[in-house]
Amino acid sequence: MDCVVTGGNVKVLAKAIHSLSRIGDELYVEPQEDALALRSVNSSRSAYACFLFAPLFFSRYTIPSGHAFRCKMAIKSVQAVFRSLASLEKTVEKCHIELDKQKSRLTFTLHCKHGLLKTHNLSFQDSESLQAVFDKDSCANVFRAQPRLLVDTVVHFPPSLEEVTVAVSDERMWVRNHVDEEAEQSKAMLTELCLASDEFDHFAVGAHNSITFCLKELRGLLVFAESTGLPISMYFDEPGSPVVLSVTDSVLEGDFVLATLSDDPNHRKNNSRRAHTPPPPPPDDFMNDDIDAYLIAMDTSIAPGPSATGPPTPSLARSTFSKQPAAANHKTRIHSEEEEEEEEDEKTDLDRPPNKKFCSLFFGSVLPSSSQMSTQPVTSQEVLASDSEDDT
Amino acid sequence: MKFRGKIIDVACLNHFTRVITTISKLTKMCVLRLTPDNLFFVLSGKVANGGVSMWCELSQANFFDEYQMEGVSSEDNEICLEVTPENLSRALKTVQNAKAVKVKLTKKHCPCLTIAAELPTLSSVSRVVTHDVPVDVIPRRLWHEFKEPNMPDFDVSIYLPPLKTMKNIVDRMKNLSNFLVIEANLNGEMNLKIETDLVSVTTHFKDLGNPPWGDDASQDGGASQSRDPEAMVEARVDIRRLQQFLMGQQVNPSKAMCNIVHQRVVHLILLHEDVSLQYFIPAVA
Repeated sequence: MDCVVTGGNVKVLAKAIHSLSRIGDELYVEPQEDALALRSVNSSRSAYACFLFAPLFFSRYTIPSGHAFRCKMAIKSVQAVFRSLASLEKTVEKCHIELDKQKSRLTFTLHCKHGLLKTHNLSFQDSESLQAVFDKDSCANVFRAQPRLLVDTVVHFPPSLEEVTVAVSDERMWVRNHVDEEAEQSKAMLTELCLASDEFDHFAVGAHNSITFCLKELRGLLVFAESTGLPISMYFDEPGSPVVLSVTDSVLEGDFVLATLSDDPNHRKNNSRRAHTPPPPPPDDFMNDDIDAYLIAMDTSIAPGPSATGPPTPSLARSTFSKQPAAANHKTRIHSEEEEEEEEDEKTDLDRPPNKKFCSLFFGSVLPSSSQMSTQPVTSQEVLASDSEDDT
Repeated sequence: MKFRGKIIDVACLNHFTRVITTISKLTKMCVLRLTPDNLFFVLSGKVANGGVSMWCELSQANFFDEYQMEGVSSEDNEICLEVTPENLSRALKTVQNAKAVKVKLTKKHCPCLTIAAELPTLSSVSRVVTHDVPVDVIPRRLWHEFKEPNMPDFDVSIYLPPLKTMKNIVDRMKNLSNFLVIEANLNGEMNLKIETDLVSVTTHFKDLGNPPWGDDASQDGGASQSRDPEAMVEARVDIRRLQQFLMGQQVNPSKAMCNIVHQRVVHLILLHEDVSLQYFIPAVA
């Protein structure tokens, strides 16, 4: 194998390697006739990335003859070759990658200015083929956006955030942080962002799905896309099938495949039953929402102080300027009890999947939601994002 | 119980964010009191936080373009919430370029302060981001714990040197000792001292000036007037508390002063145009 990368493409190659390093510890190299494949996978096999560089990316591209050659090496060693991106741009004229089969090593030679040669001999191991199974074309939901959009979205979430849930409807995409069911749900901060379809270059929704995947692993791709200016395409389907994010141009293709949290199979049955009632369109009147819409049924604070004489409920009734009758509060509480009973009943029929429950809790308004929610008067409360599942 | 505020002005948003970020550096959790005119961030001195207490007062009109609240009842027209200021700070920091930011008390899976921002986009529809920060409602029977602290019957009141200078000194002193002595007199002199078995280090400040109330605001009027202006009063405090206070300050206050009750407490007061912050550090033996 004998390849030469020149000029600006050296930096592109370096960036690809850096973004692969965000996925796994090992770099899988497979030179093929139609492209050089650089791949990485994480230890739990829940994230996979692959960069394919076409022969035109290189100024010289020769692959080993004979049987297909595959190897893997520690990605940190390869990163060390391309350590400083800034200096790469300024000083490296070309990068020569050569295979030495006898010594089991790949030699990276950086030809720098002033005749300086930096040679790195990196040992490799033979490896099995690494190829994730995915089919972008069969995905129901396809999006494409400028990297800036996704970077601006991701900035709202803390860097330590593991998982994020993406939900789509015909015109909108919601991105929010996913809080583990087992974790202390009540104390977690929830962040949600809503993107409109016209912010994307392409927005095709086949199924109103909602998927949850690890955000951390994606950041590598975002950095790559932002620096190369390539638009990012996103493909996904049902929860449980992987989400694919890719960047392409004429000489390279990068695909990041991330596993998504799967739902209980019973949940899908539930979904199809409710599929007949479409979700209400999310209200766009962010700027017009009224304080009156936010009534809170506070239990703890209405403990009577020393001066108060009456029972708790009168203080609610005193909220005179509320558009909702104060009685509504009381009524909703009763309804919530009924709801809970109904929820119990439902429980006996199907195993209420935790994921689904979390979804509906988040998108619901005042009270823990269930499919009975729509009958509640309190739905006049503005919901910034409706449940992407047909769960009103 | 309702609360809804809206900030439109970008400078106000920035300032508000900085105040909350400062608070978040001082304490992990604190109480937010909302009244029709003000917001207060309160930390009551408890053993758990080393006896330190904090009182930060903001006039709502200086930050919010719209502000509506309705307290627990018409007699107690106030809302008391326990919050984690770091969550608020994080949420606000990401929306500095918003067209408008709303802060609302909502009930999601639990009571929350929801920060909803409308972000500018190239498309026709604004991008909306919401952060739901869980809060705990403080019942009325506990409100007495979060009242404005009384001005202590201090012995000396003095203006502080530039906070940055103090911070640099305290940072270095922290490497040598866990306790620091702050002493000051009515002659505008202040010393920061540490003393260990091996070394003692003192930094002297002169000509700091003493706030005028030092004479008449002190409850013990007679005694303070007869105090020898050269006589130093002192308090020995945990250096980390002082460092924490200095670390969090992001903006130079218009006035910064320190009241010392001899061997009892150090009372730090920072006044900005629209925010006042008081921090009490108890003295240790």
